[in-house]
Amino acid sequence: MTLQMRAPAPSAALHESPSMTSPAAPLVRFRDVRKNFGALAVLKGIDLDVAPGEVVALIGRSGSGKSTALRCVNGLEKVDGGELTVCGRALHSGTVDLRELRQDVGIVFQSYNLFPHLTAEQNVTLAPRKVKRIGKGEARDLAAEVLAQVGLADKAQSYPEQLSGGQQQRVAIARSLAMHPKLILFDEVTSALDPELTGEVLKVIERLARGGMTMMLVTHEMAFARSVAHAVVFMHQGKVWESGKGEMLAHPQTVELRQFVGNGL
Amino acid sequence: MSYEFDFSFLDEYLPDLWHGIWLTLGMTTASILPGFALGTLCAVGRLYGPPWARRAVVIYVEGIRNTPLIIQVFWLFFGLAVLQVRIGPFAAAVIALVINVGAYTAEIMRAGFLSIPKGQIEAASCLALKPSQALWSVQLPQAVERVYPALVSQFVLMMLATSIMSQISAEELTGVAYMIQSFTFRGFEVYLVIAVIYLVMASLLRLTLLGVAQVSFPRRRRLGTPL
Repeated sequence: MTLQMRAPAPSAALHESPSMTSPAAPLVRFRDVRKNFGALAVLKGIDLDVAPGEVVALIGRSGSGKSTALRCVNGLEKVDGGELTVCGRALHSGTVDLRELRQDVGIVFQSYNLFPHLTAEQNVTLAPRKVKRIGKGEARDLAAEVLAQVGLADKAQSYPEQLSGGQQQRVAIARSLAMHPKLILFDEVTSALDPELTGEVLKVIERLARGGMTMMLVTHEMAFARSVAHAVVFMHQGKVWESGKGEMLAHPQTVELRQFVGNGL
Repeated sequence: MSYEFDFSFLDEYLPDLWHGIWLTLGMTTASILPGFALGTLCAVGRLYGPPWARRAVVIYVEGIRNTPLIIQVFWLFFGLAVLQVRIGPFAAAVIALVINVGAYTAEIMRAGFLSIPKGQIEAASCLALKPSQALWSVQLPQAVERVYPALVSQFVLMMLATSIMSQISAEELTGVAYMIQSFTFRGFEVYLVIAVIYLVMASLLRLTLLGVAQVSFPRRRRLGTPL
């Protein structure tokens, strides 16, 4: 039983809606998105919209497809069916320039993936220097700005191994911010951290949310999803099983969500 | 048996010894950077190149690693001469060393690239870096750092291997030694001295390469992590 209304599949797969250019258009639009790994159907028709400035939390058990759905948004996974439009680009068409897309869509990983041979400042400015070709002075200012945003202005010259897990993850967030993306994806960014460090990372994300950054996060932090996200999406067996505002977690409509939150709350 | 050690040849043949030392060092330093570049290029070609490049690298690497260096040198020097392609002894020695050390370096660097976690490449690609930019700024520095001790070892081995170059009349240190002992019949003393000179040169080369690492890997310097 899914509560999501499924839009009828459009006849022409490459059809591009002119409404995508209007300001109210969602930044991310899933329509019946499907994804298979071999014979295994991981996404079985996802419908989901993320409006500019919106924070959407994807929750669900391991294997429910939430991380795969997230990774489709910046092209780390190719969609096999349906339509996925991100920042006006039709990813399902297969003709999207991923490097252009990824200048608009940042991602933060569970395992940070900072570059260990570079300082925090160099980590943050590598892509702006190489991709956007900004100068050295500008890069230094940019690093100072985004590191301050995550509360690490004093760690610019530190190497990742000199930082705690929480600090490393905040540098990774700053690294995404430095590209001035329209949207940031968070893939279980606190799963490798203890509760204290989790708190400092979540605080940074919350501040970004209040600042109007559009975000999609896969998370196991139910309290956080409930308080910070504008919309919560519960995924189950490759489908959007239930979605709504954060309060939905207090009043689950489906047995599956009831069981899922029952374990956590 | 009474044998009196006689090191007086040191005085008499000092200029020859210096000449040999310089030639050995010259061959070595001329070969290190091109050999490293060739090997790195081959590692990249084998890992990320098109199928024909991968096959070409495998043939090159296995061909070189499974034949003696001295045969490679002879082929370059005497073999090509038959075809009227004449190369001087020094040039032939350097070309042979570059080709030889390039093959070993290719395997060392391949191991280095393979040891980098996949997440590093994914992160670079998610930051909109081109594959070539990721290779240059993210993968290469980490790969070199990881295999640096093996590279140093390989280059020291290469320096020691220059001792066969007297066979094509490049009068490097071993060639000079042979010449001195054939005039003085002081084989014991001569080769003892030569061994010590090699030992000193190899140590200096190691130290120099570690110094290069101090400059190339600022993180190691800052954190004091030994290589």
